[in-house]
Order: sequence, then C-alpha cells, then structure tokens
Amino acid sequence: MTTSSSPASSYTSIVSSLALVALGAWAASSGLLGTILSYREDILYLAGQHLMLVAYSSALALAIGLPLGIALTRKPLRYHADAITQVINLGTTIPTLAVLALAMSFLGIGAPSAIFGLTVLTLLPIVLNTIAGLSMVPRYLVEAATGMGMTDRQILFRVELPNALFVILAGVRTAIAINVGTAPLAFLVGGGGLGELIFTGIDLMDTSMLLAGAIPTAMLAIVADFAIGQCQYWLIPRGVNPLR
Amino acid sequence: MIRLDRLTKAFGSVTAVDGVTMDVPSGAVCVLLGPSGCGKTTTMKMINRLITPTSGKIFIDGRDTSTLDAVTLRRSIGYVIQQIGLFPNKTIEDNICVVPDLLGWDRKKSRKRAAELLELVNLDPSVFLRRYPKELSGGQQQRVGVVRALAADPPVLLMDEPFGAIDPINREVIQDEFMKLQAELKKTVVFVSHDIDEAVKMASHIAIFRDGKLIQFDKPDHILANPIDNFVADFVGGDRTLKRLRLVKVADAMQVAPVSVVAGDSLETAVARMEANNHTTIVMVGPRGRARGFLHLNDIRGKGGVVGDHVETLPGLINVNDDLRNAVSAMFSHGVTWLACVDDEGFYKGYVTQRGISQLLGASYRE
Repeated sequence: MTTSSSPASSYTSIVSSLALVALGAWAASSGLLGTILSYREDILYLAGQHLMLVAYSSALALAIGLPLGIALTRKPLRYHADAITQVINLGTTIPTLAVLALAMSFLGIGAPSAIFGLTVLTLLPIVLNTIAGLSMVPRYLVEAATGMGMTDRQILFRVELPNALFVILAGVRTAIAINVGTAPLAFLVGGGGLGELIFTGIDLMDTSMLLAGAIPTAMLAIVADFAIGQCQYWLIPRGVNPLR
Repeated sequence: MIRLDRLTKAFGSVTAVDGVTMDVPSGAVCVLLGPSGCGKTTTMKMINRLITPTSGKIFIDGRDTSTLDAVTLRRSIGYVIQQIGLFPNKTIEDNICVVPDLLGWDRKKSRKRAAELLELVNLDPSVFLRRYPKELSGGQQQRVGVVRALAADPPVLLMDEPFGAIDPINREVIQDEFMKLQAELKKTVVFVSHDIDEAVKMASHIAIFRDGKLIQFDKPDHILANPIDNFVADFVGGDRTLKRLRLVKVADAMQVAPVSVVAGDSLETAVARMEANNHTTIVMVGPRGRARGFLHLNDIRGKGGVVGDHVETLPGLINVNDDLRNAVSAMFSHGVTWLACVDDEGFYKGYVTQRGISQLLGASYRE
C-alpha cells in the first residue's frame, strides 16, 4: 500500500516538524507566542473569513474549471486544445494583484472582488490539468470503449474521467494550495481574511501581529493540501492510482 | 452471416478500401491478411461502424448494419484490439462485465459469467476477479481482453491483431486456447493479422488485401496451393507448401487399416504379409493393438523364429491428431521415410510415408 517515495517524504516531514517544534520553543521563550495568542479571537474570526473566501472561490473555480476543461477536450474544440492551452498559460502570467485590482474596478470594494480574483487564479491550474489529464487517456481506450458500444457520455464518465482523475486532482491540489496562500491579498480589496493581520502587522512593523496572520495561513494551506492529498489517495481507484 | 457488398472507404483522395465484396459464413474464422496500409483494419472497423463506409453495404444476418443504431450494433459485436484496451480503472471483473452492464444485465448473473469466462482461459477467478489490469502480465491481460469480448455472448467477434503484442511463446499458447474456445462457441470471427503463419493456423477463410482491394478470398489450403497471382504467392511465402503441412492432420494423410504382426507370429508370416502388400517393413503390435516395434524385410528374409525375437524399436511414433508438419519434422529428426501413427492410447492406426505426403500435397496442385 505504501509507495517507495513515502520513506523520503516521512523523513522530510520529521525534519520539518522538528524545525517547527524548535521554532515554537524559541517563540515561547521570547514571549512572542504569548503575544501572538493574544490575537486569538481575531485569528479565529479572520480565519473563518479566510476559509469562506477560499471555499467560495475554489467551489466556483471547480464548477467552472472542470466542465470547461472537459469541453475543451471534446470535438470540435479538441483540435484547438493546444492553442487554447497556450492562451490559458498566458492567463496564468497575469499577477494576482493585477487581477484583484481589475476586479475591484468593476465589482467594487469587498469580498466579491476578492472571490472573483481568487477564482480566476484557481481556475487556470484546474482547467489545464483537466485538459492534460483527459488528453493523457490513451486513444485506444476510447476506441475500445466505443467499439464495445459505450455512448460518448458513458465513455467520459466511465473511462476518461476515472483515468484522468489523478492528474485532475493534482491540479485541484495545487490550485487550492495557491488559493489559500494568495487569499491574504484579499485584504487589499477589502475582502477580509487573515491578510488583515499580515498587512496591518507589516504597516505597524508589528512582528507578532504579522505572524498571527501568517502562521495560521501557512497552517491552513498545509491542512488543505493534506486533505486533498488524502482524497487523491483514497478516492482514486487502485488500478489508476500511482500512490498505491 | 457477414456480407460485405462493394464496400468502399475513401479518406480524401486516398481510397483505403476499394469495392470489397465478400461473404463470411456463420462460424467461420475469417482472417483479413495483408501488408500495412492494405485496408484490412479499415474494412474490419466498418463492420462495427467505428468507420463509416463511403459507399457499399454491410449485412449481418441479412440486416443492413447502416439501418441499425451504432451503439446497439456495437454491443452485439465482440471487439478485441491489439493494445488490449482493458480499462485500468476497473477490476478484471468489471472489465469483463462492461458490455453486460451496458446491456443492463442482472449484476449477479454478469458477475457469475465473468468467473466462468476466466476459468475458460485458465485464470483462477478467486485470484484474478478483484485484480486490476496493471497487476496482470501481458498474456493474462490479452486472455481477459478476449473473454471480455465474449461476455455478452455476441454472435460476431472482431479482432484487430489481438495477439500481435504478445511474445511468441505466449502467443502460441493463447492462439491454441482461442482455437479451443472457438471450437466450442462457434462465433463468426473477423480477425485482422499481418502474420501468414497465424492466419494459416487460425483461419477457416483467408482474405488477402492489397492497396484496398480484396485480392483473394478462399480457404487457407487453397490459397497456399493456388495463389491467384505473384503478390499472393510472395506474401504467403516461398515455403507455402511447408505451411500447408500444418493444415493437414496425420489422420487424413495416413494409410489406414495397415497389416501388422504380433510377437508370437513366425517370421515367415511376417515376410509373407510384407510381400503380399509390397512393403519392406511391418509393425509389430501388442496383444491389444498398441504399436510395439517393427521388422525390416531384408533383416528377416530366410531366417526362422518368431517376430518377438527380431523386433526393433520403432524410430518414432506420431499421433493421428498431429498435423503433417510435426510428422515431417519427426521423420527428418529420426532420419526415416515413414512413421507409425497411433491414437491417444497408443493403438496402431496406420502409417504415413514421405511419398504419401508428397502425393497428397501434389494432388491438390494438379486439381
């Protein structure tokens, strides 16, 4: 059930947790921990906001990205998939801050602009990986499925998507990790979230306030990544799951 | 059963299949044979409408396939491809049940059938049903590929170079297994191959294609004996007569009801029987008729005694169910010109001679 990569990854996780413990010890001894914990109520409230931003934007991105990625691999769009992928790649080069600023100019200040910006950002890896995953399904599998009398819809749901699922979920995993990590920028367009502590901390040169925003953000990203990693491990059938 | 009527397929300016007309009788294994790009695969894929003909018609059991719903048609035709095409996300059981599930069979019934089918190809259901394709060897996967096509018991089977990607030793074994299955199931099989040996082994009919045209359509023995032109002759190979050996059973080439002696007979009796039949050797059989040894006329002429004291060991025996290729091979390896033929229990049934084989093969050339 375990793969060859797991000893290495467990080694790194041991090292990183040791580093965290050391950091925590230092923070506690210097009194920083106490200061950070004094923001506990803010942290909980803002983390809630943060998670809402992430949840809405990720859900929107999935709701748009998966069908879009699937549509782009169907006839007749399939023959233009390369060109479309290139355009999407160009899209990923636009800085997030620019997207947020543009969104704010027509959606105004507040959560909607932030959600829009994060959705755009999250959308691209999901679409790209959906296209990549679906085009990596060998053509002969589709031919075999057609020859056995599956309809196009059955081929998509019974053959193509299950075989592309690993790559698609890898895209979702990356996208959501980026999303959680970028969500602090939402503060800049009035979207709230843990960015409020981080940016205020920067402005006031208050390290403990900054860390009170940054550390929970990092922890959220790690937890989200772990959760999707577990989905990848358990949801994908064993026959097409390189992890087991 | 399957009738192609002036079937033509053009891709742009290239005519891949050009006016092919042929009749594949029910229960036949029809091998479409030819070099790459000759149109054999295109022809096959038009049967289950993976490719739409430019013109011409295909009838299965008298019904024009173009009037049927393509999906329904395909579910009634078994399909095996060279890449095997087992779905990696499904277990072997679910792979075999793909078509039954599409047809909405009762789950219990289809799962039971999957287990039966695996047993037919010597794969233990308790081991393999729950496995995924990646956990099987290439040969095992292709066995599953074949039984998957048989799952819904379709009358027609299309096979696109199904054994092409398997190593030669396994290929022979799987071919034999398939022949055994086919002998029982009697499906109508259209089989694409570029391997003349495979075709001769499997086919009841061979269709030879070149540049989209059907050049010759006949029984394997006729094609080997009477290639219609130089292309076919070249394609079937300079050793085509040797290939024919594979098509004839020893039982069909041997002299039946031969004379024999038993251990207690006198040498005079043996000599007399040989002279009466104009033979130079005679086989000695045991009390119940099993071949035991032989005597040569020159060794015993004028001697006295009984057969049992002078008998020599038979140089080689051949089973009546073997093909002539094995018989000739045994003759060469033992350096003899005749072999005693026995059945599965070892009873003496007759003998084959090199001269007899040459005459048999020569006779059909003169037909």
